[in-house]
Amino acid sequence: MKALMFGWEFPPHILGGLGTASYGLTKGMWQNGDMDITFVIPKPWGDEPKDFANIIGANCAPVAWRDVNWDYVQSRIGNVMDPQMYFNLRDHIYGDFNYMSTNDLGCIEFSGRYPENLLEEINNYSIVAGVIARTVECDIIHSHDWLTYPAGIHAKQVTGKPLVIHVHATDFDRSRGNVNPTVFSIEKDGMNHADHIITVSNLTRRTVIEKYGISPDKVTTVHNAVEPLNEELLNLEAPPGKTSKVITFLGRITMQKGPEYFVEAAAQVLHKVNNAQFVMAGSGDMMDKMIRLAAKRGIADRFHFTGFLKGKQVYEMLAASDVYIMPSVSEPFGISPLEAMQMGVPSIISKQSGCAEILDNVIKTDYWDINAMADAIYSIIKYPAMFNELREQGLAEVNQITWDKAGAKVINIYRNLINR
Amino acid sequence: MRAICFYFQIHQPFRLKHYRFFDIGNDHYYYDDFADDDIITRIAQRSYLPANQMLLDMIRENGKKFKVAFSISGTALEQLEQYVPEFIDSMKELAQTGCVEFLSETYAHSLSSLYDPVEFEAQVKAHDSKIQQLFGQKPKVFRNTELIYDDDIASMVYGMGFKAAITADAKHVLGWRSPNFLYSSASAPKLKLLLKNGKLSDDISFRFSNPEWASYPLTADKYINWINELPQEEQLVNLFMNYDAFGELQPRESGIFEFMKALPRFAAENDIQFWTPSEVVSKFKPVAELAVPYPMSWTDEARDTSAWLGNTLQQEAARKLYSIGERVRLCTDRRIKLDWNYLQASDHFFYMSTKHNDDGSVHSHYSPYDSPYTAFTNYMNVLSDFMTRVEEQYPASIDNEELNSLLLTIRNQEQEIEKLHREVEMMRNNIVQDTTGDFPIDEAPAVEAPELKKEEEKKPAAPKKKKAPAKKPAAKKAATKKPANKKAK
Repeated sequence: MKALMFGWEFPPHILGGLGTASYGLTKGMWQNGDMDITFVIPKPWGDEPKDFANIIGANCAPVAWRDVNWDYVQSRIGNVMDPQMYFNLRDHIYGDFNYMSTNDLGCIEFSGRYPENLLEEINNYSIVAGVIARTVECDIIHSHDWLTYPAGIHAKQVTGKPLVIHVHATDFDRSRGNVNPTVFSIEKDGMNHADHIITVSNLTRRTVIEKYGISPDKVTTVHNAVEPLNEELLNLEAPPGKTSKVITFLGRITMQKGPEYFVEAAAQVLHKVNNAQFVMAGSGDMMDKMIRLAAKRGIADRFHFTGFLKGKQVYEMLAASDVYIMPSVSEPFGISPLEAMQMGVPSIISKQSGCAEILDNVIKTDYWDINAMADAIYSIIKYPAMFNELREQGLAEVNQITWDKAGAKVINIYRNLINR
Repeated sequence: MRAICFYFQIHQPFRLKHYRFFDIGNDHYYYDDFADDDIITRIAQRSYLPANQMLLDMIRENGKKFKVAFSISGTALEQLEQYVPEFIDSMKELAQTGCVEFLSETYAHSLSSLYDPVEFEAQVKAHDSKIQQLFGQKPKVFRNTELIYDDDIASMVYGMGFKAAITADAKHVLGWRSPNFLYSSASAPKLKLLLKNGKLSDDISFRFSNPEWASYPLTADKYINWINELPQEEQLVNLFMNYDAFGELQPRESGIFEFMKALPRFAAENDIQFWTPSEVVSKFKPVAELAVPYPMSWTDEARDTSAWLGNTLQQEAARKLYSIGERVRLCTDRRIKLDWNYLQASDHFFYMSTKHNDDGSVHSHYSPYDSPYTAFTNYMNVLSDFMTRVEEQYPASIDNEELNSLLLTIRNQEQEIEKLHREVEMMRNNIVQDTTGDFPIDEAPAVEAPELKKEEEKKPAAPKKKKAPAKKPAAKKAATKKPANKKAK
């Protein structure tokens, strides 16, 4: 079966959980066998894993015809994509896009991030998607998150193949209810055009059904999973100078993640306990506010900000941690507690996060329940039995949550759609 | 007759390097030596050294009629000694002319006057002995960090034996009064106050080379005329500024050095003399008392302490820092003492300011950080490591009072043992003299044992505290440096 996937991020250059999930799912599907996946991202860097999916960069797909030779293409984008693919794509340019700003290869540049002109990039992405859809043969189209819905819709109109959209998050999660009308309309449009909708949790499924008015029989939940960690990461050890317990928050410091509840809980715990350090790892628009809040609560000597962590740094942080906490106000899924559990770190998560639906050996509290959070932190750092139980059981549990199972479910959905 | 009193400030902090959370507990070196070296060397080459030469020339040309005062923070002196030793030599040369007065201040250019009186006094003493050691002068006039001053500080300063203090001319304190008089403190009436003439000082240090300024270009002639045009009874003009105004804030090309060199000639024509603060204090009488209930300074538009303690970040950092002051003073570790000094520099708090507009741009001009929040995070990471180190010496589970009494006991016992040792030594000598051969010197332990017993008998009398008998085991191991730790277990 041939699938054409549109995504926005792909490891190792990721900005959030979307890239990790896209990667895991693609690999999980490939493990089930008989899948030929083409994965489109705005801007590949060349070091993406290519063994289980063909990566096409939207910034390497021409929308305007340029007379270039093979060697030139090889030298320009050879590290990212097979030059032959460039020429195949060039043969399928469907309109005159010379009015757009294109480069020497006739391609549109993408930042691959979340820039100011995000909506423009989304639109450009769907223009490129038209070329790709005409070139790459496929049985099904799969769009990851709202940024790529317009591209998916375009591809569906070009090929007539069924469209699956994968809801990793909705704007209701990101904005605590104050949705951006433009984003909402893109999401709604995508859901209307989709032949099937995959959500990452029942929580998100409910949002899709209730807030976007989608028929329940069109929406299926496929929970996310985690990649097993390699030995190198598992063997990371806490730094030798560590003398106190470390409680970690890891994620974007935005309204959605509920960082202020973490600070408040930390203040409560620190009134009781001396040898604890709280770490807020990540960056985001609420970071400065949180620094001020920590200072105001008088705990700034025991409350630390690391800034954005990437790659191995994340696991170094987890290896140094005794408790992981995710007090998200609304989390469609939340892969990071699973990663913490893989590293043997007991986790506290909010009941309002999607991963709470599949995890048992974690402590679940309401995101606003600072007291419960503080109690949980206190008991984990004070009572070794609690710590060890959560650590062992959590490890065993998370090792059962694998992507190939999630991949199988998605393949099943594909089959039903194609045979319909 | 009128007098101009020049005073220049020289200060550089030890800047902190990028200190991550992961470094806490692992890395105990906090400073960005490269930046410190780079900055002080640059400023010294462009400003301090040529300015020193300028002053030296002026003093020689004018037959010692030209006098100035300096206040150099301890941290700046340390950096200059290390990176620009020629500056110290040139300063010594200036000191030898007898036309330069050195002022007292806190060693670390700290905010201790607002938080920790004991620390404040200790730092002032440390600074003065450094000045004495380098330049052979004992400072008589006090100048607090960035001219921070209020009534409480006045009492402390007077208590330390200073006869005058230098401070700013905050409008909200002075009101209609002119800074061109000698004042005295309301809380310590014998302490005289010299107030900065803000307008005339900043004309030189900030506006001199600004072509958009209405009075540009400023000439010595014009400047002295301004002073001459002051009301006849205003006889004192205090010009206080950062020393890097010469050559750094006002570049050499602006003619600032020539401007300075021309001042004495025009001053002499108009019967204006140059005095040091001490001279001013001895020759003028204060005209009135000045009450300053809230601290003022010479920094920012507000002229108060909001540049360092204006927001919650700054207050939290300062509070946390000074909360361990008492502990640090108990420590004997030299590195801890050093770090404690360096961490107190007011600059660290200055970088955390969240002010906007003109003030904000001054803060960010000096700050090595891209935002006040980064400054705060970095500082707190360092402070957190520092606090852990202090706690390792003396665990937080023992409160200060108990710790104090324990340390007192130990110190008393150390002295006691010392005394007894001497006694043993003496007696042993006697034995050697008296009974040759019967009690060989090697048999020392046999002699010492009864001595120790004697010590035990004496002990209950020695320490003042009731708890003393319980401390016996510690007394025997008095050689160990950290008995407090043992107690905790």
